[in-house]
Amino acid sequence: MSAVTATGLGVTDVLARCKAEGRAALVGYLPVGFPTVEGSIRAMVAMVEAGVDIVEIGVPYSDPVMDGPVIQAAASTALAGGVRTDDVYRAAAAVRAAGAPPLVMSYWNLVLKRGVERFARDLAAAGGAGLITPDLIPEEAADWIAASDTHGLDRVFLIAPSSTEERLTKVTSACRGFVYAAATMGVTGTRESVDSHAPALVHRARTVSPVPVCVGIGVSSRAQAAEIASWADGVIVGTALVRCLAEHAELSDGIAALRSLTAELAAGVREGDR
Amino acid sequence: MTEHTTSDRSASGPTATERTAGTGTDGIPGRFGPFGGRYVPEALIPALEELDEARQKAMVDPDFLAELERLHRTYTGRPSIITEVPRFAAHAGGARIVLKREDLNHTGSHKINNVIAQALLTKRMGKTRVIAETGAGQHGVATATAAALMGLECTVYMGRVDTERQALNVARMKMLGATVVAVEHGSATLKDAINEALRDWVTNVETTHYLIGTVTGPHPFPEMVRDFHRIIGVEARAQVLELTGRLPDAVIACVGGGSNAMGIFHRFIEDEGVRLVGVEAGGEGVETGRHAARFASASPGVLHGAMSYLMQDEDGQTVESHSISAGLDYPSVGPEHSWLRDSGRAEYRYATDEKVMRAFELLCRTEGIIPALESAHALAGALEVGRELGPDGLILVNLSGRGDKDMHTAAEWFGLVDDGGEGTSDEGARPAAPRRPANGVGLVDDGGEDTSDEGARPAAPRRPANGVGLVDEGER
Repeated sequence: MSAVTATGLGVTDVLARCKAEGRAALVGYLPVGFPTVEGSIRAMVAMVEAGVDIVEIGVPYSDPVMDGPVIQAAASTALAGGVRTDDVYRAAAAVRAAGAPPLVMSYWNLVLKRGVERFARDLAAAGGAGLITPDLIPEEAADWIAASDTHGLDRVFLIAPSSTEERLTKVTSACRGFVYAAATMGVTGTRESVDSHAPALVHRARTVSPVPVCVGIGVSSRAQAAEIASWADGVIVGTALVRCLAEHAELSDGIAALRSLTAELAAGVREGDR
Repeated sequence: MTEHTTSDRSASGPTATERTAGTGTDGIPGRFGPFGGRYVPEALIPALEELDEARQKAMVDPDFLAELERLHRTYTGRPSIITEVPRFAAHAGGARIVLKREDLNHTGSHKINNVIAQALLTKRMGKTRVIAETGAGQHGVATATAAALMGLECTVYMGRVDTERQALNVARMKMLGATVVAVEHGSATLKDAINEALRDWVTNVETTHYLIGTVTGPHPFPEMVRDFHRIIGVEARAQVLELTGRLPDAVIACVGGGSNAMGIFHRFIEDEGVRLVGVEAGGEGVETGRHAARFASASPGVLHGAMSYLMQDEDGQTVESHSISAGLDYPSVGPEHSWLRDSGRAEYRYATDEKVMRAFELLCRTEGIIPALESAHALAGALEVGRELGPDGLILVNLSGRGDKDMHTAAEWFGLVDDGGEGTSDEGARPAAPRRPANGVGLVDDGGEDTSDEGARPAAPRRPANGVGLVDEGER
């Protein structure tokens, strides 16, 4: 529908290509501005080069209620360093140039403050693919649904293990690109094992909608990525990647660690038993 | 004069003739004009729907209403009295001033009204654990109290800064068996405590009810908490009519999140001749940026699940608020207040820390009542409105809480020591330097440091009180 889709770089196209390859997509999250704006953009590009299929660009927010300690701390550092909403467009353009669709993850007030229509217009102009909205449900999203239609942007809403069938239907039908299954109850953060509710949630979503289901569940290893790739359309990794940057004082060391983990995860999503 | 009706005795629950939130223009429940709504993660939606259904059923269930009424009568101490305060009113242009004494409720503030009701709902929903946020500590104490009464597990989130300035309430919560978590993130005040409570809730929602303490948050909280506090205005309206034979010219309340204000305002909304005046925290002055006067400076935005006026920067990042009173130190405000303000039904002004402390001292010295610092904002507003109304005016003030918890702050502000009896003048501005630092002179012996779970325990507590490191409260 949009120019983005026409070039074959839309989220939908990438997910379709991965499916044709018989594998799940790897979606990597990093917040813009951490450790610095330039550093975060370099890291996102490195992640694409190392095998991420879709980049989720986080906009740091003062009150990130869905995030655990690692991403909270990264957001605080980014805000203290003076990151602005405008920086997200620069990051989106860089990710696009590196060859992956950039999806922006933003808490709703940041979009609201800029103006929903203006946010969408600016994002589309920068090459952004769409928006993931962790604290916006479709019922509250009339303005965003209209603006994303106007500008050909994807809309990713969330589902959770607590979602009823009625909610799953409502949410998936409002999504374009994919639906984000936050498959463990709780905030972002890595977890040792894969929650048993997760495959059931993906299955329930698939029975009500054809929209692809990507799963965020605290993945940090190749084996976990492979496990989820066997039953999901995409594996979303955030905290483990952010930690690569957080645990290294030198950006170049952090990016090296990031490349190495990304390559492992990219191998993992190709090992799913589908 | 018996204009007050018997139907008002059903206390909680608006009557059909009254304005309630209802459904917004776009069909979303829980809107007050453009404000309110449900801006929360999808994971919480089922819990909010369950809660909405449970409270709607409860509000028409005679058993629930009877149990709530019984607890209010035999435990909370309702109805709370009203007190006319002529010696205080002499400083307010001679207008008559009547206080609604929510400070006399069990646990010392209006907060218990809502907490008892939500705790009953928690049990009806089959949940076994409550969590709460608290600023001044009053809501946390009330929640810990109700949890003890009803056998619920209780965790209270409190900003680190607030645990320090409200150490006594931390000790009370722990004594009541609650776990108190000091939140270090962000500004380490009320908004950060709410963030952490929301993170807990989204993780444990199956067993846990988030017992929100004010008229904010996602629908149905603003409407539900208002309804549980509505008893304040229902009682006060009847009591003022009985005392004076007429309705007040103005009803005044402090507004942080705004629960005590919604509680006393709501019954009066249909009385169009009655001015509704909310008083926000002016902090060090709106021009300094260190305040919580949302209506004087802010624009609409979303925080903690609701659209309302919000202190935010150009990008929509939350701006930190400031107030001498922890209970008003919040960058947003209940969405119904935003609607009452924009629709013109209520008016909002602010009182600076300076004016608040003068009103605080004045009520102490003229009437023998020590108000909470939050409530002292309403008193500062009453002094102004009284002068505007003149001697024929009649003002009802919600004295939402008592000031015991604020003695440390007051002692520092006024430089109180053994000879504290001199500072009675109205113009008693903040002493440049307290005569002696209150800290360490024996007036408050807990020093405020001993508040965290891992905080310095007294070297040798007289009794290890369950090993929870309770503040050593010598005077009690």
